[in-house]
Amino acid sequence: MSATLAPACRPADYRSAVKPIWCPGCGDYHVLMAFTRAFAELGVRPEQVAVVSGIGCSSRIPAYMNCYGFHGVHGRSLAVAAGLKIVRPDLTVVVASGDGDGYSIGGNHFLHACRRNVDLTYVVMDNHIYGMTKGQPSPTTEPDFDTALAPGGTGVRPFHPLVIALASGANFVARAFSGNPAETAGILVEAVRHPGFSFVEVLSPCVTYRPDQRAWKDRVHRAPVDATDDAARAARRVMTDDGFNLGVLYRGNRPPYAPPAGKAITDLAELEREFEL
Amino acid sequence: MSADAPRAASLVDLYAIAYQIEADAVERYTMLADQMEMHNNPALVDVFRDLARAEGIHRDQICRMAGDFDVAAHAHKVARWRIGESPESADLGAAQYLMTPHDALQMALAAEQRALEFFRELLGNAVDADVRHLAAELVEEETGHVALCHRLLLRYPPPAGGRPAGDPDPPASQA
Repeated sequence: MSATLAPACRPADYRSAVKPIWCPGCGDYHVLMAFTRAFAELGVRPEQVAVVSGIGCSSRIPAYMNCYGFHGVHGRSLAVAAGLKIVRPDLTVVVASGDGDGYSIGGNHFLHACRRNVDLTYVVMDNHIYGMTKGQPSPTTEPDFDTALAPGGTGVRPFHPLVIALASGANFVARAFSGNPAETAGILVEAVRHPGFSFVEVLSPCVTYRPDQRAWKDRVHRAPVDATDDAARAARRVMTDDGFNLGVLYRGNRPPYAPPAGKAITDLAELEREFEL
Repeated sequence: MSADAPRAASLVDLYAIAYQIEADAVERYTMLADQMEMHNNPALVDVFRDLARAEGIHRDQICRMAGDFDVAAHAHKVARWRIGESPESADLGAAQYLMTPHDALQMALAAEQRALEFFRELLGNAVDADVRHLAAELVEEETGHVALCHRLLLRYPPPAGGRPAGDPDPPASQA
């Protein structure tokens, strides 16, 4: 973990002056609150934190935060974040994404980020829809979700991000619900502290294109069993749960990725040669 | 009161808890006012700003009652809800861009009722005489706030015919 204790910051210290344009009722407001609470709890100062994102409603989050931010290319947030963490291991790097950005456009990066196990925290705000572009089905949309844009539903089996994360080597896997910002913040704190690649799926309702998701608050419940360090067991559990189990589901013990020690360049001429293409 | 709600073992703890409840309420109403501003619902901007101002006045009163004691710093230590939210926090998930002043006041009423229930329970469990005294004052305050919400709701009844049926800008996938 790269968090260090420093003079205490309050959650509000991590908020920028930019007002979010998310729809009223959107779960992402709560996720923003959870981020700020988690950073305050971790005791990392804004200049010790970087929030990296891709494209989509959820990926607007760096603009609303007072810390380093990178609102990047669609689906490529993990690549940017991994590079940043490797060259600046002192930073606490948190990646924000959505189910479209993270599982479709960025699906391949997701697999390999889990596999590499760089010390990052990946937070995917999953609302089972492309909200920003007016409600197309995403990889986690139910196959029979019927809309004008996908009459009769897609008929396609949904992606199961938690199982894929476990199978691919993520070192910490959890599920949270945006409507419980205090609990979500607690999970984020644990995710940041856990070494290696931590994946937190946050069920975050899209009240505009999925008004049915307002009912999620009545469906979520705490996972009935404690987290395991056995990835196969965790995968079996999440394959058979109802999709609304909340909490830390898996804590692995793989050592995080460490780049091979390179020779430090101390000479300007040598640095110049490095720039030669 | 949820199992994880902070406990008031002393008078300063109760000041801190009461402060945090009001501070959270200010934060939520400010967020809601900002949301309504971004979504061009000016009537609701005014309502939520007024609610935030009202909670801010109460928060500042608590600070004054605590004298020189740094209530905010103490709240950071003792007034934490790790599972639920503090009782007077408005439910952001219930917001909607076409909501009316009546909807906002219903939201405020629910928050005030949760706060009243919280302080009543705290009063019922308080052992320390000073804590009991302050808890009783807070119960009286919140009772007043609940009554105020009821009065305001009479002034702002639900719109005739309910919320506008036709959304002028419906989500494409539901059109």
